[in-house]
Amino acid sequence: MFSLDLLLNALVAGILLGGFYAVVSLGISIAFGLLDIVNIAHPVFVMLGSYVAYILNAQLGFDPVLTGVLFAPVFYGLGLLLYQIYYASFERRGAESLRGLVFFFGILFVVEVSLLLAFGVDYRLVEASYIGESLRIGPVGIAYRLLVPCLIGMALTGALYLFLSRTFFGRAIQAVSQDAFALRLMGADPIRIKRLAFGIAIATASLAGALLIMIGPVEPAMNREYIGRVFAVAVLGGMGSVGGTLVAALILGIVESLTATFSGPSWSVAVSFGVLLLVLAVRPAGLFGR
Amino acid sequence: MRRSRSCTFAWTVVSLLIAALLAAGAWPRSGGAAEPIKIGFGMALTGGLAANGKAALLAMQLWEADVNKKGGLLGRPVKLVYYDDQTKGATVPGIYTKLLDVDKVDFVVSGYGTNLIAPAMPIVMERKLVFPALFGLANNEKLNYRGYFQIMPAGPRPALDWTATYLEVATRQTPKPQTIAIVGADAEYPHNALAAMRENVKQFGLKTVYDSTYPPTTVDYTPIARSIKATNPDVVFVASYPPDTVGMVLAAHEVGLRPKMFGGGMVGLQFAALLTKLGPKLNGIVNYDFWVPEPTLNFSGINEFLKRYQARSAIEGVDPLGHYLPPWAYAYLQVLGQAIEGTKSLDQQKVAEYIHEKEHDTIIGKVKFGANGEWSTSRVLQVQFQGIDSVDIAQFHKPGRRVVVWPEKFKSGTVIYPYDKALK
Repeated sequence: MFSLDLLLNALVAGILLGGFYAVVSLGISIAFGLLDIVNIAHPVFVMLGSYVAYILNAQLGFDPVLTGVLFAPVFYGLGLLLYQIYYASFERRGAESLRGLVFFFGILFVVEVSLLLAFGVDYRLVEASYIGESLRIGPVGIAYRLLVPCLIGMALTGALYLFLSRTFFGRAIQAVSQDAFALRLMGADPIRIKRLAFGIAIATASLAGALLIMIGPVEPAMNREYIGRVFAVAVLGGMGSVGGTLVAALILGIVESLTATFSGPSWSVAVSFGVLLLVLAVRPAGLFGR
Repeated sequence: MRRSRSCTFAWTVVSLLIAALLAAGAWPRSGGAAEPIKIGFGMALTGGLAANGKAALLAMQLWEADVNKKGGLLGRPVKLVYYDDQTKGATVPGIYTKLLDVDKVDFVVSGYGTNLIAPAMPIVMERKLVFPALFGLANNEKLNYRGYFQIMPAGPRPALDWTATYLEVATRQTPKPQTIAIVGADAEYPHNALAAMRENVKQFGLKTVYDSTYPPTTVDYTPIARSIKATNPDVVFVASYPPDTVGMVLAAHEVGLRPKMFGGGMVGLQFAALLTKLGPKLNGIVNYDFWVPEPTLNFSGINEFLKRYQARSAIEGVDPLGHYLPPWAYAYLQVLGQAIEGTKSLDQQKVAEYIHEKEHDTIIGKVKFGANGEWSTSRVLQVQFQGIDSVDIAQFHKPGRRVVVWPEKFKSGTVIYPYDKALK
């Protein structure tokens, strides 16, 4: 069944899928990789982003991407608030490891049940003229509903990379992950820096959610399907490396797509996680981890 | 003297009135005579199957209200006792034990779905209970329990009969298809459906050119659709749950997968939430269903039921169409109710035998069970989406949008073949 057309299409589909995985995983990469906060509730905020996109699409006909961008500041504010509670209740007392994890589990269930009560258990989708349509470049077909998330994923990764490497706050976020005390000696407030970084991590969930509901239908409990996947991408990329997150997401996307095309889709996830284990065996800190 | 006569007359009138009231049954009876007949069940009110479970519960509550309005069963009111099984099989044994031992229900019926029916079977079998069941595929195949009755009209050989209907339609077309691709999710229902389809493919003399499953958590279905397209099958059979149904339909459109027939076993194409988003992309798909608003399926009471269900669907937050599961949830209680009335008894064995022997009039038509508790003949429909021109829900209330193309008895139109033609 092998043909060059199939190979090209599988590679392109893998890149598109990887771009989407990158958007979903960036928030985890920042929170888990740079701030040491095991925010297991991140996928449920992605789901929240999906439902916000759904409401504005169903009620006002808003494009999901526009909603994702518009609501990013709201999610940023939510992230600031959440970190403040987490800091005051756990981190300040040095109880962030296990109790912090339980806290985020609790947040996950509260948000999930709230979505259930508000929207019920039906699957929700959005409408946009480009969903279900595709672009053809020679033998390669590109589905718009996957192209848009991929482009946004790459743009967001680029923007975050520049922010973290070129701005004062960005460098401070990287510094806080290495030595918060040293950062304090430089006159910066590590708590404020962490709060800001956590806000950014949650803000990415607004966009990721809008892109998720563009790709397929969602329901409140679906967030759990993404927990393993987003942590795998963050770990494979190297904890806290934004560029590494994109590379890892692309690798997993391409492996999944190639396996689905040539060896049968039932193997795709297993092969992806096999690649993760293999990489970790050679590079325990991930591809770009230090 | 006159006063004494008036007094006697007054007492006589009062005595006669009391006697008349007692005879009419208006006076509260002593003992347990007015105790309700309790029907217990677990239902998926949260978790993966909750969208259907909640809709089924609403239908069952409508039946309860209807029966009580008519005076109940055997002169006693009916009361539904239910718990949320959370779509988890592990909760089911506990729920049914509590229903029987603590709530002391008179009858139990199943929750929704194969996985939630199976864990209740050992309990009902041990206690020799009559067990009407709601949409389980082949739950009684190996157990052969006499008290089991499946309302889903899959037929005496559930999985085989179900999937054969798709090939019945395909192999009657000209030119006759020669090759088939079968694909489905790695989950209980698709696995059963795919296994049965493999058997049927042999029977119908087709050649399988693609046969694969995919994880239910798959995000992108375009590589799967592309691989299928590369094998150039005449027919594509998809056994999927709602999220992958959407994924496969969109992917087929995006990669230009155009077999002669597409569909078969996709769960999700029965619900308004997905129908109103996929809109015209549904055209041409041939898929299973159990009831659609076509003139050939206009059974007594179905439209009145749907009118009442749809009026309450928005308040309850359930599927606004209610064509798929709710009528059957109403009907399986109708069967039980008719058997209780027919036998004038709450005896489990008598009720079970009555259900076996008789044909039952329900809102989904006449129901007759075979020896294994499945329908004596299959009534799985294959419908084709035709003339869908928008995402407006109103069109799905009307006939002519989901045309019945199988079986002959309920056929309401002709299949547009090949699939490509219906898309134009």
